[in-house]
Amino acid sequence: MSWLTNYVKPKLQKVLKSKDTPDNLWHKCKSCGQMIFHKEFVANLYVCAHCETHDRMPPAERFSSLFDNDNYDLLDMPKVKQDPLKFRDSKKYPDRLKIARNTTGDEDAIKAAVGKIGGQECVVAVQNFFFMGGSMGMAVGEGIIAAARHAHKMNLPFVMFTASGGARMQEGILSLMQMPRTTVALQMLRDAGLPYIVVLTDPTSGGVSASYAMLGDIQIAEPGAMIAFSGPRVIEQTIREKLPEGFQRSEYLYDHGMVDMVTHRHDLKDRLASVLSLSMAGAYRRKAAV
Amino acid sequence: MDWQYMMTFLEFEKPIAELEGKIRELRSFSPGSGKGEVDITAEVSQLEGKLSKLLKDTYADLSPKQKMQVARHPERPHFSDIANHLFEDFVPLAGDRAFGEDEAIIGGMARFRGEACVVMGHEKGSDTQSRIKHNFGMARPEGYRKAIRLMEMADRFGLPILTMVDTPGAYPGVGAEERGQAEAIARSTDTCLNLRVPLVCTIVGEGGSGGAVAIAAGNKVLMMEHAIYSVISPEGCASILWRTNEKAEEAANALKITAQDLMKLKVIDGIVEEPLGGAHRDPERAMNMLGDQIEQSLREMAGMGPDKLRELRREKFLAIGEIGL
Ligand SMILES: [Zn+2]
Repeated sequence: MSWLTNYVKPKLQKVLKSKDTPDNLWHKCKSCGQMIFHKEFVANLYVCAHCETHDRMPPAERFSSLFDNDNYDLLDMPKVKQDPLKFRDSKKYPDRLKIARNTTGDEDAIKAAVGKIGGQECVVAVQNFFFMGGSMGMAVGEGIIAAARHAHKMNLPFVMFTASGGARMQEGILSLMQMPRTTVALQMLRDAGLPYIVVLTDPTSGGVSASYAMLGDIQIAEPGAMIAFSGPRVIEQTIREKLPEGFQRSEYLYDHGMVDMVTHRHDLKDRLASVLSLSMAGAYRRKAAV
Repeated sequence: MDWQYMMTFLEFEKPIAELEGKIRELRSFSPGSGKGEVDITAEVSQLEGKLSKLLKDTYADLSPKQKMQVARHPERPHFSDIANHLFEDFVPLAGDRAFGEDEAIIGGMARFRGEACVVMGHEKGSDTQSRIKHNFGMARPEGYRKAIRLMEMADRFGLPILTMVDTPGAYPGVGAEERGQAEAIARSTDTCLNLRVPLVCTIVGEGGSGGAVAIAAGNKVLMMEHAIYSVISPEGCASILWRTNEKAEEAANALKITAQDLMKLKVIDGIVEEPLGGAHRDPERAMNMLGDQIEQSLREMAGMGPDKLRELRREKFLAIGEIGL
């Protein structure tokens, strides 16, 4: 978690968001502990200049870092029924939502946009870890379905950036149902021969990793991202042993054949541009042949 | 030995157990002749009436936590019982053709009331040895990959698929993660939704999270009356949100895990009634009732073409959350 989320009260944070951040704010790297000017940290795409740790990145900055000339249109995310189970733990679920909305300025944990990457038009959806841990409830599920539908309708590739602790428990079984629901949306793209590209970012786990995060035609992971079905703590409790070094990190998944590449955030736009252009070539050829 | 002696009683079943003990005692106290026998018979029959009412009242109004206990009852019919009782000619098929054989999920070809099909399900095991063999119904990637293999085969052969879900969840272990647990589950769910044959899934005991969904994305999703189906175990939910698993009861209430709640939320398509006092009191009858409802579900899909079956299944899942809330 960044310096900002640690120490500034939610209300204030919204005001300070993105471009209003004063120059004198510091970010402390969660990995090496070095202090970096927040502005430089953001300009470096949330990558630590000292140790290359890839920190979590909000959707708006992600879009800016990817789309040509920072030019894109946000897609409307569907409205969903709020608090369908009337869930309450130590806090009421609507209160948790309110806090997350105030902190992020967003409705829920996903945003999607359409624009060009290296000249190739595409739909990009980004999960926001800063919104209740990126957890997948009905809003996230509907967001992914809406983005996939848009890609399908416009004959575009779909790029999904995952970042999530898993299912949103406060929506119970309805969050679990987003696993099959999002899968159906991806099958629509597959049936139409349109590419679905996944970029796994830190962290991607639980029901998210066990559905749309692992169904990409091409799987890209950011360096050092934690990618798992069961979290390390659960596994440690079950087997009561120390876990292997680098376990469940991107590089480990690469070594075990679960991802196509581990790509530095600075190279991601170029890599995506190549992948998108190559994977769409056939679709255009098919279209021309008809 | 009388089966009732061996029965496991749940905590909330204590009054039931006491009453049953009393009846048993009276019966064993049969003097053989004389007028005392008449009194005992009358008393036994009176107590039996009381017992049946107590069972009915208790089971009509189980809390989610109590359902959780019933769903995990060791004498509840498990996959092997169902495969033996409801299916003829069961030919078990093993292995994922890549790494190994995972006995947490058992499957094969069989005949269900005359019709050839593919059947599979989680098996929890019923004693220490078999529980270890079946890993308590917690599958590893190989289990899901075997399920995928069998489902795809059924799809090619045009055989309907019946799945029985009964798992605390997918196995959380180093090897399982190493071999792609997440991908295996995702791909298995994907396969369910891609099939062009009828797929009827029943949550028979515990439907634990992604490990359950992986073989439960069917045209018809049924739940046994006292089964549970949840995104996370109430214990797990409590330890995360309440920071203590002593709050499992609150979590069970909040999560909405019962068949009755899931029916209201339109997440499942039907509830399979259980014998009075739960499936563990009369497993044979419980399985027959399950068989009848599966047969009914298959009948409803008879005559549907392959594309229609797939389309309706996909549409059904897309509609979840849009209706019923
Ligand atoms: Zn650093």
